[in-house]
Amino acid sequence: MKHALILGSLALALMSGSALADTAGKKIALSNNYAGNSWRQAMLQSWDKVTKEAVAAGVVAAADPFTTAENQATEQAAQIQNLILQGYDAIVVNAASPTAINGAVKEACDAGIIVVSFDGIVDEPCAWRIAVDFAAMGKSEVDYLKTALPNGGKLLEIRGLAGVFVDDEISKGIHAGVAENPQFEIVGSVHGDWAQDVAQKAVAGILPSLPADIVGVVTQGGDGYGAAQAFAAAGRPTPVIIMGNRQDELAWWKEQKDANGYQTMSVSIAPGVSTLAFWVAQQILDGKEVPKDLIVPFLRIDQDNLEANLAATPTGGVANVEYSQADAIAVIDGK
Amino acid sequence: MKLLTPDRLRLLVPALSLAVLLGAVFWLQPRTMSYTGLNLLFNLAVPIALATIAQMFVMMVNDLDLSMGTFVSFVACITATWVQSDPLLGYGALALCIAAYSAIGVVIYVRQLPAIVVTLGMSFVWGGLAVLLLPAPGGSAPDWIRAMMTAKPPFVPMAIVASVLIAAVTHWLVMRSSLGVLLRGVGGNEKTVRRAGWSVLRARAIAYALAGVFAVLAGMTLVGLTTSADANIALRYTLLSIAGVILGGGEFIGGRVSPIGAVIGALTLTLAASFLSFLKISPDWQIGAQGMILIIVLAVRLALNRREQRGARP
Repeated sequence: MKHALILGSLALALMSGSALADTAGKKIALSNNYAGNSWRQAMLQSWDKVTKEAVAAGVVAAADPFTTAENQATEQAAQIQNLILQGYDAIVVNAASPTAINGAVKEACDAGIIVVSFDGIVDEPCAWRIAVDFAAMGKSEVDYLKTALPNGGKLLEIRGLAGVFVDDEISKGIHAGVAENPQFEIVGSVHGDWAQDVAQKAVAGILPSLPADIVGVVTQGGDGYGAAQAFAAAGRPTPVIIMGNRQDELAWWKEQKDANGYQTMSVSIAPGVSTLAFWVAQQILDGKEVPKDLIVPFLRIDQDNLEANLAATPTGGVANVEYSQADAIAVIDGK
Repeated sequence: MKLLTPDRLRLLVPALSLAVLLGAVFWLQPRTMSYTGLNLLFNLAVPIALATIAQMFVMMVNDLDLSMGTFVSFVACITATWVQSDPLLGYGALALCIAAYSAIGVVIYVRQLPAIVVTLGMSFVWGGLAVLLLPAPGGSAPDWIRAMMTAKPPFVPMAIVASVLIAAVTHWLVMRSSLGVLLRGVGGNEKTVRRAGWSVLRARAIAYALAGVFAVLAGMTLVGLTTSADANIALRYTLLSIAGVILGGGEFIGGRVSPIGAVIGALTLTLAASFLSFLKISPDWQIGAQGMILIIVLAVRLALNRREQRGARP
């Protein structure tokens, strides 16, 4: 992120100030389909914080969030049509379905409204998509292990919720990474459902059948702390467990780091991606040429910035980052 | 001739609540007072109105259909896949769906089963079939349905034309045709209808088949609006359709229904959501506020019913 920041501010400096003032009269709305978990709550809080500042600074005239009550596509379609009527210039969407709100999205485009979808993206061609490259996220875990464990070894994989697209994608990325690095071998795979308690039970269940020399655990987030507990309970040495940015995982990592210099890394998608979508919408309104498909950067925490991230993460929450206009420009320019 | 007959009074409450809400929406957001505005405000109400009419046919014979939402979703999946790629198979499947609905009505009557239990069970069947047919959201709307739903007739937007058309056709069918009288009779007093020599079995089969027809139309028009389907696309329709019938002056028992009221009820429910969104009420409160609007309308109706009953006594 630091890298992106520098490049972003450079890009901003090059763009000069003239491009900034044109969106002062524009109104942006957030259409969100669901608010029932900590990730979504953090997402809404990030939106609130960043857009309030943007409105106060006069970058845009308004940036109002709207959440549907029942997480239903038809309800969100109606909501988007209402937003069209309310005269918003851009609508940022976290969609209940990739296809079922296409009709409403098309209506918005036809009315000259910019539609930017993120996280839950829509496949209507007239909308912009800020997608998550989950496969690349999985692969980045193996890339880290390659440097942390140059000799390779046996890995345990903890997967997410079976049958969900995200689980398949991350796992695909991990397996692709392992295929490229034959010094690693995945000797076991369990489903942790992105929950610490489930992961702990699943890992405890499979451990007796696994060889003693497990060197690493590749995960999907929300399962690293549970895995660590299972290894400790079995009296086994703790392997390198990739973490997923949850507060309990980071707290455990910090504890181990202070006690015995434990090293790992943590990666996940920051809920603040909503603010990235906000800035992308603002940039499009500003007249910038933006490709229809953008990729969200992951939020990666390493040994050296662990303390700062842990301090900023609320108990029971997820490490977050709010994006700035400069970050958005960097993402748009593919930096 | 009394101007305010009980039936007209019954229709007056939903009509007035729709008018009041519409006035409030116009005042809050003058942009809606236009051709496109009205269309955007009401076009998603068209499938809901059709589903409400379907529910009304079931409620007319004293039953309740808890599978409406999943059935409409399933129809939407068929429409976005088979009807598009292989019309013969698609329309065949839709015809089978209607036949299945009729069969459900027969089974409920012959075995004297509670309709709520049977339709609740069927909701899992429809939901399962929808997932089998379309495991991931997708498909595309047949061109003619898409063209019909996005048509721009002169002066009056499509959504209004469609609503008036649905109300007129079903009003004639239920209130004016002899079939409608028979069906309402089954709901009102089944024994009398049977003693008069009519086949209650046949009447119920027809009522469920009609429900199937309108539910199929709801699914098809929904796909025309959304352009594609997913297996959960219309789950809300179960409760919306029941609320629409009740809001429009219908009763759970006694064959007392009003097709025009049902369409108005569906429009009112859609409009209530827009109204709250225009008010910028926080999402946490919106669902409760929507419930409050329902309760207020029903309370007004209850008060009127009491007056009506008091007036009926000697």
